[in-house]
Amino acid sequence: MYAQLVKSEGSKSREEMTPQELAFQERIDRGEKIEPKEWMPEGYRKTLIRQMGQHAHSEIVGQLPEGNWITRAPTLERKAILLAKVQDEAGHGLYLYSAAETLGVTRDELMEKLHSGNMKYSSIFNYPTLTWADMGAVGWLVDGAAIMNQVPLQRTSYGPYSRAMIRICKEESFHQRQGYDIMMKMCAGSPEQKAMAQDALNRFWYPALMMFGPSDKDSVHSAQSMAWKIKMNTNDELRQKFVDQTVPQAKYLGLTVPDDNLVWNEEKGGYDFSEPDWSEFFAVIAGNGPCNAERLGARIKAWDDGAWFRDGLMAHAEKAASRRIAAE
Amino acid sequence: MSGALEAVDRAVFAEWLQRIGDNVLILGHRVSEWCGHGPALEEDIALSNQALDLIGQCQLWLGLAAEVEGKGRTADALAFLRDAGAFRNLLLVERPNGDFGQTLMRQFLFDAFHIELLRALKASSDPRVAEIAAKAEKEVAYHLERSADLVVRLGDGTTESHARMQKALDLLFPYTGEMFADDATDRAMAEAGIAVLPSSLKAGWDRTIADVLAEATLTHPGEVWQHGVKGTGGKTGVHSEYLGFILAEMQFLQRAYPGASW
Repeated sequence: MYAQLVKSEGSKSREEMTPQELAFQERIDRGEKIEPKEWMPEGYRKTLIRQMGQHAHSEIVGQLPEGNWITRAPTLERKAILLAKVQDEAGHGLYLYSAAETLGVTRDELMEKLHSGNMKYSSIFNYPTLTWADMGAVGWLVDGAAIMNQVPLQRTSYGPYSRAMIRICKEESFHQRQGYDIMMKMCAGSPEQKAMAQDALNRFWYPALMMFGPSDKDSVHSAQSMAWKIKMNTNDELRQKFVDQTVPQAKYLGLTVPDDNLVWNEEKGGYDFSEPDWSEFFAVIAGNGPCNAERLGARIKAWDDGAWFRDGLMAHAEKAASRRIAAE
Repeated sequence: MSGALEAVDRAVFAEWLQRIGDNVLILGHRVSEWCGHGPALEEDIALSNQALDLIGQCQLWLGLAAEVEGKGRTADALAFLRDAGAFRNLLLVERPNGDFGQTLMRQFLFDAFHIELLRALKASSDPRVAEIAAKAEKEVAYHLERSADLVVRLGDGTTESHARMQKALDLLFPYTGEMFADDATDRAMAEAGIAVLPSSLKAGWDRTIADVLAEATLTHPGEVWQHGVKGTGGKTGVHSEYLGFILAEMQFLQRAYPGASW
């Protein structure tokens, strides 16, 4: 999940709603899509901007941990696949910023909020990618966790967001497969490669579980977002689904999930598993993860270093426009 | 094997193919360093896409080089297991990225040459060369359109963007002469009808450069000292200090885990 701890606004009971708000809620309940120019409660608009903005930021910050290995990819084919994948992430960022712009916020405003720390991105991207196996683990686990959340979001109530998610999901499933393919190759390789794969799973398992956000009992913003269908499942539901899907995949690879309490629970038809260390999660969100400074620093540097480039293009466009007017 | 092989020594043909393959490999590597760090999201996407095109072309050229060489090597072996002295790329493509203006200028100067080369190679007597050239030409036509357009916009943008582009041009122009310097390998390939003499591509390149620089309000550097034109440049394996570092990074996994399958 690329949106964590998104603050939701305007939780109201049906009795408290104005007739307009009630009509809006009924449209959502009927499964209708809300389109940009239609009326919407201010809280719905603001919550969506936060969630889509955070999602978009996660895509572009998410380029960095994988971009870290593009120049060191071990074969030409792996290099091409990884480049294509990271390029897709940038493309997802672009769809999502564009979709967010339909709600009356500019991409530059969202960027400014990212750079100033007023908007977050997913905690997962503050972890380092230390070996090539991490490219496998990120695709398998991180994209796998993202898909869990994004597949249901294809049915979200906001039309542009829903349509962006439909396109994104197609690409994400390719990303997850390429990650798993790297893991299969590593696990079938030399003992050193297999050890790298196990080490990558050890380091990414709990951070991947954290991607779904805090436990439902501590998740204060879920109810309103679920009523508005901008959040489709609870954090714990998605985490459970992810664990149930991923554990057999780890077994197939011959890898051990780093959780001594992991056990199949026949009664619930799913695995029992250990919670991640939530104090670490909150520390990472607060800026104290292993790579927060590097990730945000890289984004700010790219933006600042690119100012002259963007200004140059704007100046040229203005000159060209005034030349056209003069010629008319 | 095709008739072309008989017309030229295998080793010469393979050497010549490595020149093209290494150009796109090293430039692709440089461009890919921008991934995630571009000045605007659209640029990030465009540059990654371009790096992807170049790496794709590299697979084809080095794959053919390995086949022609006939020593059982693969494109990957050529990319990841040769030392710097065996690389045959131009000095221009290993220049550091610098600011985004320098990256764009390097791209423009190379694209304008690359398109002339590929157009000529479409008429190669070797059908494999002609086929790769035809495929790559479509991609490179777009690369040139894009880099030329941005050179114009930034040259004729703000005072700062103009100054940066002029500086980039002055910095990189001394590495363009090597693209058109003919040597024995080039002559053997031209005689076999597989390739054309690099010097024959210069007139077309000159026109593109002059037109774009004029529109960009940039000053053509004119006749300046050119590196690597006397047989001691990248084409013959005499590189700058930068290539060693590029390879140290690019070849790390293959060197650290010899024989591993990835």
